[in-house]
Amino acid sequence: MEGTVNLQLSAKSVGVFEAFYNSVKPIQIINSTIEMVKPGKFPSGKTEIPFEFPLHVKGNKVLYETYHGVFVNIQYTLRCDMRRSLLAKDLTKTCEFIVHSAPQRGKLTPSPVDFTITPETLQNVKERALLPKFLIRGHLNSTNCTITQPLTGELVVEHSDAAIRSIELQLVRVETCGCAEGYARDATEIQNIQIADGDVCRGLSVPIHMVFPRLFTCPTLETTNFKVEFEVNIVVLLHADHLITENFPLKLCRM
Amino acid sequence: MFAATADPAAIAAATESSRKKRDTDDSSIVGSDFEPWANKRGEILARYTTTEKLSINLFMGSEKGRAGTATSAMSEKVRTRLEELDDFEEGSQKELLNLTQQDYVNRIEELNQSLKDAWASDQKVKALKIVIQCSKLLSDTSVIQFYPSKFVLITDILDTFGKLVYERILSMCVGNRSTLPDHFSPENVNDTAKETCLNWFFKIASIRELIPRFYVEASILKCNKFLSKTGISECLPRLTCMIRGIGDPLVSVYARAYLCRVGMEVAPHLKESLNKNFFDFLLTFKQIHGDAVQNQLVLQGVELPSYLPLYSPAMDWIFQCISYHAPEVLLTEMMERCKKLGNNALLLNSVMSAFRAEFVATRCMDFIGMIKECDESGFPKHLLFRSLGLNLALADPPESDRLQILNEAWKVITKLKNPQDYINCAEVWVEYTCKHFTKREVNTVLADVIKHMTPDRAFEDSYPQLQSIIKKVIAHFHDFSVLFSVEKFLPFLDMFQKESVRVEVCKYIMEAFIKHQQEPTKDPVILNALLHICKTMHDSVNALTLEDEKRTLAHLINGFIKMVSFGRDFEQQLSFYVESRSMFCNLEPVLVHLIHSVNRLAMETRKVMKGNHSRKTAAFVRACVAYCFITIPSLVGIFTRLNLYLHSGQVALANQCLSQADAFFKAAISLIPEVPKMINIDGKMRPSESFLLEFLCNFFSTLLIVPDHPEHGVLFLVRELLNVIQDYTWEDNSDDKIRIYTCVLHLLSAMSQETYLYHIDKVDSNDSLYGGDSKFLAENNKLCETVMAQILEHLKTLVKDEALKRQSLLGLSFFNSILAHGDLRNNKLNQLSVNLWHLAQRHGCADTRTMVKTLEYIKKQSKQPGMNHLTELALRLPLQTRT
Repeated sequence: MEGTVNLQLSAKSVGVFEAFYNSVKPIQIINSTIEMVKPGKFPSGKTEIPFEFPLHVKGNKVLYETYHGVFVNIQYTLRCDMRRSLLAKDLTKTCEFIVHSAPQRGKLTPSPVDFTITPETLQNVKERALLPKFLIRGHLNSTNCTITQPLTGELVVEHSDAAIRSIELQLVRVETCGCAEGYARDATEIQNIQIADGDVCRGLSVPIHMVFPRLFTCPTLETTNFKVEFEVNIVVLLHADHLITENFPLKLCRM
Repeated sequence: MFAATADPAAIAAATESSRKKRDTDDSSIVGSDFEPWANKRGEILARYTTTEKLSINLFMGSEKGRAGTATSAMSEKVRTRLEELDDFEEGSQKELLNLTQQDYVNRIEELNQSLKDAWASDQKVKALKIVIQCSKLLSDTSVIQFYPSKFVLITDILDTFGKLVYERILSMCVGNRSTLPDHFSPENVNDTAKETCLNWFFKIASIRELIPRFYVEASILKCNKFLSKTGISECLPRLTCMIRGIGDPLVSVYARAYLCRVGMEVAPHLKESLNKNFFDFLLTFKQIHGDAVQNQLVLQGVELPSYLPLYSPAMDWIFQCISYHAPEVLLTEMMERCKKLGNNALLLNSVMSAFRAEFVATRCMDFIGMIKECDESGFPKHLLFRSLGLNLALADPPESDRLQILNEAWKVITKLKNPQDYINCAEVWVEYTCKHFTKREVNTVLADVIKHMTPDRAFEDSYPQLQSIIKKVIAHFHDFSVLFSVEKFLPFLDMFQKESVRVEVCKYIMEAFIKHQQEPTKDPVILNALLHICKTMHDSVNALTLEDEKRTLAHLINGFIKMVSFGRDFEQQLSFYVESRSMFCNLEPVLVHLIHSVNRLAMETRKVMKGNHSRKTAAFVRACVAYCFITIPSLVGIFTRLNLYLHSGQVALANQCLSQADAFFKAAISLIPEVPKMINIDGKMRPSESFLLEFLCNFFSTLLIVPDHPEHGVLFLVRELLNVIQDYTWEDNSDDKIRIYTCVLHLLSAMSQETYLYHIDKVDSNDSLYGGDSKFLAENNKLCETVMAQILEHLKTLVKDEALKRQSLLGLSFFNSILAHGDLRNNKLNQLSVNLWHLAQRHGCADTRTMVKTLEYIKKQSKQPGMNHLTELALRLPLQTRT
């Protein structure tokens, strides 16, 4: 049994060559081997051999949850080797297993966020005067989320001059890897969920609801070597190709 | 529970529903009084059609890793790639352009099939992709007139998918143990099944686009039962809210209709979500008149009055779900809310379509008021009146309002310019008029319909509606004298100018007449009208008419003829039959019926005169007989003719028309040679001999009492008949001829008696004519001898192996005949019978039990006085022992 954290540097943040050479060494979290059967011969037919492993971590390492990202991969595998006599090849089979950490104790304190989006609240705008007028209000019920429960909230288009084409929720993970030359931070989209399609009714609240995808999300991680964090963007697409984004950092945990 | 604590409404809904479940467990199933979706389906498909070209755009790429605007950008490009649809490879994209409506329907059906195939071949991901792509089509509102039908087609696929997933998970629960009960609880579901179910929900939750995500999740709503007890009651409000994100009001109302439909199927007790859907809809109602919709309509060139009715199927369905078993208070509240909104004709129409008819009928005057206030440019008014009329056909408004309602409604209806709109509306209101008013009002309404439908031959496009009007009128007027006194009824019939439709309508009328007319009638109004109608039916018969159709028509006409009676005015009756014959000469069953009717008329006359015809009645009866005599030859069926000749001859004889009776019998005899070997019975060819045998036996019993013609020889008719039988080509291996000869022997035996077994009143048969004259008896004996010689001749030919059995049987039957009818004191006859006895037993073919019984019978008979000679005979008849 083996558990490792693989870190890779994005070509974007450090350059191609560094990315190629400076791959950070995998961090081994757990590694143990047991002998399941003493040397001998199996009886003919199907043989089932029960086994169990205690999950003891190496040294002062922490047993992280399974996570498959782009730059950070936390993976646990089982490998079974069968050594055979000289004339026959050895047999090997590998298989991944999933680790979910035990629910954290204590109560999650909800942290609701209210937001208002107008042309004035936007940053990064070239010509504010060209923007159509709009007012979008809403709230997220909490930015501290339990990973097994959906992200919820509400959004109201109070008023908008331009017709709305679509409103989407974009779930983004932010992976940070530390290495010798400092650190690399990369944000990638995990999923994009449309919550409104077309010109929605003004003044009527549209629910915000997103289920966190399994395997692609894990509780927010902060370690000395690397970080995995999550954010949600509320993206409003107006007709005439205006794209409005509002960003909210999230904190995920398992309860 | 994050979601549950965050949403108090959901908790309320959940507790509410669980309380309700305890209260009334049967509320979890919809009753049969709820009109199911299946009924609506066909109607929608038939009503919302288009002649414009449609397109299907399918992108079978992976859901993840696709850029946000990729699809919309791609669909804007014009591609004319027409490829086979069954290729759903990863990343493939199809756009099918220029499809006609029928092509579109076929494609969707193909998709449905490939969904099933994919599922059957365990390609679950492909199946899901198909469903997602299909539901994505529902966000496309181009060719908007077709949208309701598109919804129907695509939700069929969703239903299929929902059922497949549910059954799959259910089958996993069953596993190796026994099946789950109908009302299983989540605890009984094993972990694998739960995990699979959960996987489906996770997969669906990650669908990028809103509309497919909504539809696919709604389609597997039922699967929540596997996960938790409150799953459905939490899901429904969430999905309801989710619809708020759909911007297009038409798309969103259909999404609501689908949710209501799934909700009613899975959890009909959860009324709150239904109501929530309704109130949410009211909140977005103003959008229908918003800019986005208006722009779209201009772009597609669709007018508001044809756009608004597109909402009706969805709204009707939502309203129907809510109003099902709903308390009066809720309905009133809903109605009030609808009233408050401006330009609410659309809502009003759905209220009328979906609410209980009684509810609408009692407030009928209010509705008429509201309809009048509606904006002319919006929802078409004739549809509103139609909906109202449909309610009034089902439930009665208060007595005092009835006439006013009709007046108000008809005032509007009569102003409708378009004949199609007019007739759709009028058709519905005819029912109400017939139900509550007299022929005067019905006449007015019919006159109005004629006035509207005649210009430009508008009736040609509206035969179904006109037919339905006729049906409704007939259903309410059972008294045909009243019906035909409605002046405009016959002019109304004249609008049916296409022959097939015309005959169809005539058939309804005749069916109704036969069903409802209790007493025979001679009312000239009814007779004239119905003769006209029957003539129409009769004249539609041509060489191509099917047998079945002819039979039906003949049955209807016969039904009418049966109900015509002029009482004691027999002459009038006969002239009616004469007229009918000339009118219905192409339908054989009608002619047969007429002949029987005329025969009956003759017998009635005889009964009235108590057998003593006066000069006048005798002439009348002869007229009747003549009628039959000239009608019969026009028939085709040979046995029909034979039997009618015989029957009419009997009637003539009973009425002392001796020469006419002779003519009938001669005609029958001369017809016999024409009897074919095989005849067609119910479409199968059968040998005719058994029928001929039956007829001849019948004929013989009549011939016994027919007196000889003074100018022809003794037993003229019998000789004639024997000649015909002799010359007839009989089947080679058949004994029917001999059977007939045996019967002839019986006849001759009966004829040689001093007094015959039966007579006809006032007709002297041969017994009184000849009074046992020896010459007559000698003639008779000569005939007997000839016939017996024929029989014996035939017996001699039966010597081959397989014929021996027949020889034995015939011999015995001949023996029995002699025993019953012959005088065995005659030595020759006695010897013959002994010989026959031996013949019957010679080859061991005889049935011993029959022989024993026969012998016992002879012994018993011999004990009767005057039968001593049989004792001697019995001694000469040995029984063959079986060794």
